[in-house]
Amino acid sequence: MPSPALPPAPTLAAWGRLPKPGSELVSEDLARATLGANLSRGLGRSYGDSSLPAAASDRVIGTRRANRVLGFDAATGVLRAEAGLSLAEVNRLFMPRGFFTPVTPGTKFVTLGGMVSSDVHGKNHHVEGCFGQHVRSMKMRLADGSLVETSPTAEPELFWATVGGMGLLGHVLEVEFTLKRIPSPWILMESERVGGIDEFLVALNTAAPQWPMTVGWIDCLNGGKKLGRGVLMAGRWAEPHEAPAELPPVPGALAVPFDFPNLALNKYTASVFNIAYYWKQIAKRVTKVLSPEPFFYPLDAVLEWNRVYGSRGFTQYQCVIPRAAGAPAVREFMVRLTKFGAASPLCVIKDCGPEGQGILSFPLEGTSIAVDMAVSPEIQRVVNELNAFVIETGGRIYLTKDAFTTPADFRRMEPRLPRFEAAREKYDPKRALRSAQSVRILGDRAS
Amino acid sequence: MGRAIAQRLAERGDRVFLLGIGEEELQKSAADLAARSAKSEPTGYAVCDLEHPETFAPALDAAEATLGGLDLVVVTAALFATQEALENDIELTRRLVTVNYGHTVVFCEHARKRLLARGGGSLAVFSSVAGDRGRKPVAIYGSGKAGLSHYLESLDHKFHAQGLHVLTVKPGFVKTGMTAGLKPPPFAGEPEGVAKVVVRAIDARKPVVYTPGIWALVMLVIRWLPRFVMRKIGF
Repeated sequence: MPSPALPPAPTLAAWGRLPKPGSELVSEDLARATLGANLSRGLGRSYGDSSLPAAASDRVIGTRRANRVLGFDAATGVLRAEAGLSLAEVNRLFMPRGFFTPVTPGTKFVTLGGMVSSDVHGKNHHVEGCFGQHVRSMKMRLADGSLVETSPTAEPELFWATVGGMGLLGHVLEVEFTLKRIPSPWILMESERVGGIDEFLVALNTAAPQWPMTVGWIDCLNGGKKLGRGVLMAGRWAEPHEAPAELPPVPGALAVPFDFPNLALNKYTASVFNIAYYWKQIAKRVTKVLSPEPFFYPLDAVLEWNRVYGSRGFTQYQCVIPRAAGAPAVREFMVRLTKFGAASPLCVIKDCGPEGQGILSFPLEGTSIAVDMAVSPEIQRVVNELNAFVIETGGRIYLTKDAFTTPADFRRMEPRLPRFEAAREKYDPKRALRSAQSVRILGDRAS
Repeated sequence: MGRAIAQRLAERGDRVFLLGIGEEELQKSAADLAARSAKSEPTGYAVCDLEHPETFAPALDAAEATLGGLDLVVVTAALFATQEALENDIELTRRLVTVNYGHTVVFCEHARKRLLARGGGSLAVFSSVAGDRGRKPVAIYGSGKAGLSHYLESLDHKFHAQGLHVLTVKPGFVKTGMTAGLKPPPFAGEPEGVAKVVVRAIDARKPVVYTPGIWALVMLVIRWLPRFVMRKIGF
């Protein structure tokens, strides 16, 4: 008689759908659950392996049920909440009261703890910097079991190592940050078709002093004359007299009901998407008032859109090329990217402001480019070649998106790494806090 | 579960008073509800522990005093342990059936009298699908819930005419602190979804609600399975 098959070992995956053995314990009591735990994770929206366990037996705490607001001061906008509170909830609760997060990434399905650990940036980076700049204080559980309150003045090295530190310094239990007052809950947006990459960089530069929020979508498939053509979107909060009197509609969302076949998204279908997106707006320049949802979170309207990539999974390559390297470096990067033909329709370009204080925080003054790529046998070579070029320009990649950068390349692009490792040595000498990513990139033990 | 329901009630402007264990935790939850409250109402709380029946009356008195009378009492607390853990620990079995059946009924009696004294209201209590039929994996836990469901149904029969609405909530598997560490089966619910269904059932004055809804169908089938089948299957 055949023996019954063993049930498959549980796996955990992040947004890029590349699973690792292990599981998470979702708890509403973070103070208790994080004792002796190896990693905390929020909503699993980082693309690569930063929220995945280093070893199958590692204790990974899911924070999303710890979602209490612990205090809000309407006079100052200071909000304190448990680390599992999602940005979607913050928006839902506080936008009608005239407040919005000072910095938002491109999805609202992230937790406050995740926003700190990735030190997320948004369309307003050139004005407001990263999220960490707006954090006043955090309560953390450290590897030795102690609970500490850390801020830019209390244990500052711990604070700035945690901001952008991918959860490797300790478990963030509570976050206190300052919401911004908004004149209305509507966005005034100007979008402009831009014919090519050089023109695009000029347009981003011109828009930056005029608009608090800018971002561009560019075509990463077509080379030649069409290289880097796309749509530049610039926006600001609408003044009350420009905005509708009512609140924006509560967004409904559709979900992708099944995994697409692996070949559904290929360079031909992506190309059709790109042409349609570019010509969606016939006029060269359009100004309109719209809800913050489609402006900040266009992809959140489709839940589980990562299934479009099929079972093979995908990654996002996001790098920043320093301004000092100049426009020719960005153009050359685009030439190399289009040459691979590995890019998907979603390619985002943004000019970043000065580097923040987070020791491993991603942005630096220059041009950031983010592009999704389906996983294929070629992916390691593509990432390596793009990394080689980025290192030459003095740029770096964003760990939150990464699943393929080699430790040697990471060291070459991160002169700040020794300072980060010194902070880890101080607060977690045994490296109890670890992730699949810290094993891959920082050489942590996996056993 | 209680947190998700309280958040929902506070956000729509209901005045809420919390009963639970752990002063510090209650304080944090009260702050959360105050921040979410549509009317920026401060939220009161009192320590009340299902393991200690002497805490019931003072806690409900404090709630009545703060709110100026009750029109809805929601009971979500209970103990949980796997059948295996219960079989290996007689003391745990004693605690669990005492709290989940005996003490919960006592608490409901305190609440029922207060609701009836002001002419009625709603009493919504979390029982479980585990109480619908004797089953192997929930033999002990399910027996307490069966008794509780039975009691709640009788309350509904007896006091409906006097204006008391009794809602028996029968959750299937919900991903909460109670089930943390267990592998979620198919159609496991999230607390926010369950809270939405429960609040809607309270408003509609329904007597019974299964959540997620699919469990109504599953348990309908299970209740009709013959005994020789139940002896064979592991469900």
